[in-house]
Amino acid sequence: MNSSKNRYLASPYLIWSAGFIIIPLIMVLYYAFTDYDGRLTFSNVSAIIYYVNIKALVLSVIFSVVATLFCLLIAYPLCLILTTVIKNGSSFLSLIFILPMWMNSLLRTYAWQNILERKGVINGILAFLNLPPFYIINKPPAILLGMIYDFLPFMVLPVYNSVSRIDKDILNAARDLGADSFDTFVRIIWPLSLPGVISGITMVFVPSLTTFVISDILGGGKILLIGNVIEQLFTQDSDWNAGAGLSAILMIFIVISMFVTAKYDREDIK
Amino acid sequence: MMKSALGRVYLTLVLIFLYAPIATLMILSFNSSKSRAHWGGFTLDWYLELFSNEEIMAAFRTTLFLAFLSALIATVLGTAACTGMQFMKRKGRSLIMGITNIPMLNADIVTGVSLMLLFLAARVSMGFTTVLIAHITFNIPYVILSVMPRYRELNKSTYEAALDLGARPLYAFFSVVLPDLMGAILSGFLMSFTMSLDDFIITHFTQGPGFDTLSTKIYSEVKKGINPQIYALSTIMFLVVLLLLFFVNYKPWAKRPHGEIKVTTKTQVIVASGKGGM
Repeated sequence: MNSSKNRYLASPYLIWSAGFIIIPLIMVLYYAFTDYDGRLTFSNVSAIIYYVNIKALVLSVIFSVVATLFCLLIAYPLCLILTTVIKNGSSFLSLIFILPMWMNSLLRTYAWQNILERKGVINGILAFLNLPPFYIINKPPAILLGMIYDFLPFMVLPVYNSVSRIDKDILNAARDLGADSFDTFVRIIWPLSLPGVISGITMVFVPSLTTFVISDILGGGKILLIGNVIEQLFTQDSDWNAGAGLSAILMIFIVISMFVTAKYDREDIK
Repeated sequence: MMKSALGRVYLTLVLIFLYAPIATLMILSFNSSKSRAHWGGFTLDWYLELFSNEEIMAAFRTTLFLAFLSALIATVLGTAACTGMQFMKRKGRSLIMGITNIPMLNADIVTGVSLMLLFLAARVSMGFTTVLIAHITFNIPYVILSVMPRYRELNKSTYEAALDLGARPLYAFFSVVLPDLMGAILSGFLMSFTMSLDDFIITHFTQGPGFDTLSTKIYSEVKKGINPQIYALSTIMFLVVLLLLFFVNYKPWAKRPHGEIKVTTKTQVIVASGKGGM
């Protein structure tokens, strides 16, 4: 009796999300497919084939694929170690990964300039050890490093969640039945951790694909990613239709990753 | 034995990677040379000058107020939505959870741009209110993803028992259900607060002229070099949170009450489904 009325407690949020999540996304599509006078056009979206735009998009895809791979390569062993070496792995993990968030992320990214630059921290150490200096600031590796640094937590946490949930009895059973550590990993740990890995991959891939901040701060403004192109269209050129057109292209990537996540996430939504 | 030693080495390397920039910023906050390229000697000047720098302090106040207000509103809306969902059919619930996932999985730049277009089309002049709306929008999912699991674990019969014993629904909710949810609500609030505090991209697209949070201020200073007073402020903020976390988690003087803020365990789950800050 009461329950029918209590449902409406969700309506403020429903109205809010309709107004500030759904309608804005429709607006992006509307601007993407109309010109300045509101006439239907495909030129904003097809502008992606212009050299500058397609170059930025391809570069972004390459950067984000590589950054995602590195994050996975760093995160996976870390999670395996945490489940075995440290007793209270989950709270330790969230502590060390959430704490940095209280230092502004722009500042932390900016600090890498200091560490990487010509006379920076790393080159100082290298010089002290009589090793040759290395210069990666304002070059692609610096942007990659920034992406890995900023988005590593979003790989580590979901992967850890799924790795730590694996029943120890299954691992023991595998060992009792004669599987070596390699077999156990390939046949049991990896397949069971896959949902976490998939969600980690989308969680790192989307922000790396769309960032404009990291390339701005660590790329010296010389390397344009698709995020930089869109940002400039909106804030410098005030060409909202063109910006919306390229944003619509990005939305394709995002929708794909949403579907992938949803497919592997199904058991979590009950 | 060997394996565990290797594990610790690896762990240490990751820790160094995570905290090297933070250590760098802290050291720079004591560097008397304004150029960050070389060490000019130890000084506390940046800390002393910070408090009389009205521009930075204004951005700082705006950031805190924005984070607090957006987290508070998001917490109320999100908790109400979770409560409402308990009385819904499965279909309605999965619809809402689906919508909730959109801002989590969407790229910040698209979220920011979409809201900017909405405000432009509605001819709203952009400033504090538009940024507040944007922050509430991306904060609500953190609250819902924190409170929803707790609702699932909740024993519904205590609420029904309270009703059977004559309590009015509202009274029963506040005296029986809410105390059990409090931990989850608080961690949803804290998560929202943190996300709002650290956001740059969405703020960047929804802010108006003359409006600055710490993030937008830092971004505008990146090219010409950041005022070391900002390093000082960030160091203070970081240390304050470190101390707070320490006291919340290792309360040396009291037994843990049941409504305890589990900052470190609950938030982990939320962040696990969260997204990048940039």
